[in-house]
Amino acid sequence: MTWEIVIGLETHTQLATKSKIFSGASTAFGAAANTQASLIDLALPGVLPVLNKGAVECAIRFGLAVEATVAEKSAFARKHYFYPDLPKGYQISQLESPIVQGGHLDIMVGQGEKSYEKRIRLTRAHLEEDAGKSLHEDFHGKSGIDLNRAGTALLEIVSEPDMRSAEEAVAYAKALHTLVRWIGICDGNMQEGSFRCDANVSVRRPGAPLGTRREIKNLNSFRYLKEAIEFETRWQIETLEDGGQFEQATVLFDPATGETRAMRSKEDAHDYRYFPDPDLLPLLVSADWIEREQTALPELPAAKRQRFISDYGLSAYDAAILTASLEMADYFEAAVRASIPAAAKLCANWVMVDLAARLKREDREISEAAVNATQLGGLVMRIMDGTISNAIGKKVFDALWAGEGSDADEIIEKHGLRQITDSGAIEGLVDEALSANPVSVSEYKAGKEKAFNALVGQVMKAAKGKANPQQVTELLRQKLASG
Amino acid sequence: MIYSDLKTLSRALHEKRISSVELARLFLDRVTRLNPELNAFITVDEEKTIAAAKAADQRLAAGSAGMLTGIPLAEKDLFCAEGWLTTCGSKMLQNFVSPYDAAVVTKLEREAGMVSLGKVNMDEFAMGSSNETSWFGAVKNPWDKTCVPGGSSGGSAAAVAAYLAPVATGTDSGGSIRQPAAFCGLSGIKPTYGIVSRYGMVAFASSLDQGGVIAHSAEDCALVLSAMAGFDERDSTSLERPAEDYSRLLGQPLDGLKIGLPKEFFGEGANAEVVSAVLLVVEEYKRLGAKIVDVALPNSHLSVPVYYVIAPAEASSNLSRFDGLRYGYRAPDCNDLSEAYTKSRAEGFGAEVKRRIMIGTYVLSHGYYDAYYLKAQRVRRLIADDFRKAFRECDVILGPTSPTTAFNIGERTSDLVALYLSDIYTIAVNLAGLPGLSIPSGFDGQGLPIGLQLIGNYFDEARLLNVAHLYQQATDWHTRRPQGF
Amino acid sequence: MSLTLLEIEHIARLARLEITPAEVETACWQLNGIFSLIEALQAVDTAGIEPKTHVHDAWQRLRADEVTYRDEDGAVRDLLQSIAPDAENGLYLVPKVIE
Repeated sequence: MTWEIVIGLETHTQLATKSKIFSGASTAFGAAANTQASLIDLALPGVLPVLNKGAVECAIRFGLAVEATVAEKSAFARKHYFYPDLPKGYQISQLESPIVQGGHLDIMVGQGEKSYEKRIRLTRAHLEEDAGKSLHEDFHGKSGIDLNRAGTALLEIVSEPDMRSAEEAVAYAKALHTLVRWIGICDGNMQEGSFRCDANVSVRRPGAPLGTRREIKNLNSFRYLKEAIEFETRWQIETLEDGGQFEQATVLFDPATGETRAMRSKEDAHDYRYFPDPDLLPLLVSADWIEREQTALPELPAAKRQRFISDYGLSAYDAAILTASLEMADYFEAAVRASIPAAAKLCANWVMVDLAARLKREDREISEAAVNATQLGGLVMRIMDGTISNAIGKKVFDALWAGEGSDADEIIEKHGLRQITDSGAIEGLVDEALSANPVSVSEYKAGKEKAFNALVGQVMKAAKGKANPQQVTELLRQKLASG
Repeated sequence: MIYSDLKTLSRALHEKRISSVELARLFLDRVTRLNPELNAFITVDEEKTIAAAKAADQRLAAGSAGMLTGIPLAEKDLFCAEGWLTTCGSKMLQNFVSPYDAAVVTKLEREAGMVSLGKVNMDEFAMGSSNETSWFGAVKNPWDKTCVPGGSSGGSAAAVAAYLAPVATGTDSGGSIRQPAAFCGLSGIKPTYGIVSRYGMVAFASSLDQGGVIAHSAEDCALVLSAMAGFDERDSTSLERPAEDYSRLLGQPLDGLKIGLPKEFFGEGANAEVVSAVLLVVEEYKRLGAKIVDVALPNSHLSVPVYYVIAPAEASSNLSRFDGLRYGYRAPDCNDLSEAYTKSRAEGFGAEVKRRIMIGTYVLSHGYYDAYYLKAQRVRRLIADDFRKAFRECDVILGPTSPTTAFNIGERTSDLVALYLSDIYTIAVNLAGLPGLSIPSGFDGQGLPIGLQLIGNYFDEARLLNVAHLYQQATDWHTRRPQGF
Repeated sequence: MSLTLLEIEHIARLARLEITPAEVETACWQLNGIFSLIEALQAVDTAGIEPKTHVHDAWQRLRADEVTYRDEDGAVRDLLQSIAPDAENGLYLVPKVIE
């Protein structure tokens, strides 16, 4: 009998607002401790919150991007618990009427031929404030509290339990990560905690009702997300198969051991005593406002993916890779514009293979690429029109990357890389190769196809790679057949 | 000079017959001499007061002074004032020197140029009706020092009644301005919710709290309210309305004014002397040209139960921030974080505050929220709707401020229900968010002041103050002085 | 309804108030007195009545997304921490959590 794994994700995305959600303190990362903790963030007696319009804009944009309902009326509630990084003793959040309701995200799971698309439904997304940080290094046996992060705007995005494997959960998290950066509401910096996931995991026999779930808190990398879910599901299945049981719990993932571990259970931990915040009035989002945000929204990844498939004839897989970020998609399209539409597939290959490899090797972002999209488009154009071969193209690319010229044409001229297409010249090279390599010729005639490749290699070597490969092949076959 | 009204003081200051420094010293001397009998002040800081008075004198000399510049006042100790101890009457904040100014302090002191004589006593975190819950001790009523001054703005009322300050700020969440004003023979106004910014006013029950004034007359109240009210973008519940001169209607005749008498305010529980004094006021208003109509507030008897759900619920939440981690009291020798919380809060808060935190925690807790909190919020709407209907029949509503006059210190500390019920006539006004004021309207057989409450429709403060003012033009209760002060 | 001693202890724990057994008893008795007053609400018919959370029917005002609080040199922080029970190197210090 098999087990079905059921996963839902709650993702905390720090919104890319300049100031905090309820105060005018900066949200910039890395400031000296508590210098970005205003009187409001510190919860001094008498201070009051005022809502940041920028945070609401981010929430609206997200709601539109996932085709959710953006609530005309939503409200803020207080969620109570005591912890030193929560100065008010409550977190301002949204409970009953969140600003984003429903929606979905289409994800691509797996690679190549085995990849498949899946729609993950969203339950809601709501605005709330982040907590500060407790530093548990030892300060004379005490903990240090830095409240710079306290009050940073968060959008908590809650999915339905629609994922069935760690791989799907990671694909969802990645798609969400792409989307929030795409629409400019989150910088996506996971090391700095801008994008953090909680995973609700349970297992069941197919067709059975949902099993007991455990929530893995605060996963701030895709790798941890995957490892934590894999460990947790294994643990749950083994426990159940051994005839054991477990309770609903909150667990932490320890990256060092790769294991999840239940937090100390507190009997009153979940009595948050929510009630409407009397300091904040209900939020009204007008149809006009939604309309304005809709107009300002860029073409979204899913739409762009579809367009890449239909307009450029790309495969679904290639289209998915090229829409992994807005920067990559823009780069690709700019490269196509600098060449011709028919070169789109070739451009795609260059972006996904050669450019990507180079970026990875030098640990650069696409925005830092030394070859810009126009230069790459120009290079691809020269391959398309037969001026150079694909192999020579790589040399031109390296030269461009090294800054040896302003475009492909300049490099081709400077280094004399233009392809030899004159059939008389190629015939001369072929004849030379045939007479210089009698062993290969006889092997070929004895039926060894490998020998043919060796002969092609000899011709190309003599041509310094510039001979048109197709012409070389054709001439060789002709000569060998006739001779 | 100390018995003068604000207009007279202002004229004297502007005509340079007295300087602000001299005036401040007159009052500070009285505070030094008489406060030990009353315990009205928690903090006096002569240096700061004189510095503020000097600044006021400069403005007076430079001709940039306003009506209130240089006039002393006492600040209720839950208005944060930069550099001043701001205790809220609690051990929890006994060492809290505020790093910032409340909006009210900015407006009255920094802008209007009034001079703070100090911070006055109050029930701890404004929870109380007798000023007996203060960590700094009970305040005594200048009319009878064995009696309470009322609360929670008991220090404000005692200070003004004893002429230790010409005027004081107060706050009112369930009657905390009107009831002490009534008990101390003073005029006190709680304006419409949202008129006075709550920024920097330490929150008790956020949806009920409203700042206001305690003074000798409705006219003085109008002058100070005009300076303290106004839109503040830092308070999301502050109303965006143009500034108002609340004294603009003072002196206009009452002709045709319809005064509503709710029978619910004259029923059982109301002391006979209080009722007859209030009915005499009704006769006076008839003479002044008002028409009397009966109105009904059928749900008003529910206002105390509703209040004791909503106010503690909000208070339990608002007071969560007092954990002794960033400011305020931290219990010594805590072994771990959990102890730091529970001991600091258990030792820092007094009994009444802890009681209300527990009530509030309970009514918000899992399984009780709907039955208590939501239920109370629904009944709150019914109570507010009663007023809406009543104001279709009348312009102002009149009744007693409190069922009794001031009671003895210690008399009701063991009977909480009786104490809570003493706010029965004032609480409904906060639940609806309406403006209400109390003015003196006679004395009982023991010589204790009786308070009359006038309730107006939303934003009708100017008319309400005029209705009170005309009564004070025709009577002299508000000019009576307690013996020895 | 009637609150039990156990419930009083639970509430005190939720509210982070240390409470002695004697205080639990007093509180139980007092709170039950207050709740006997509050119980009057249960008899009221509130079917179809919306809860009233705020006095005025108004909408939340929004603040422009601008940084208005600046303390790069930590001067305000130092002032604020001068009134803190325990602070060092710009951090608020609190006792450790002991599990």
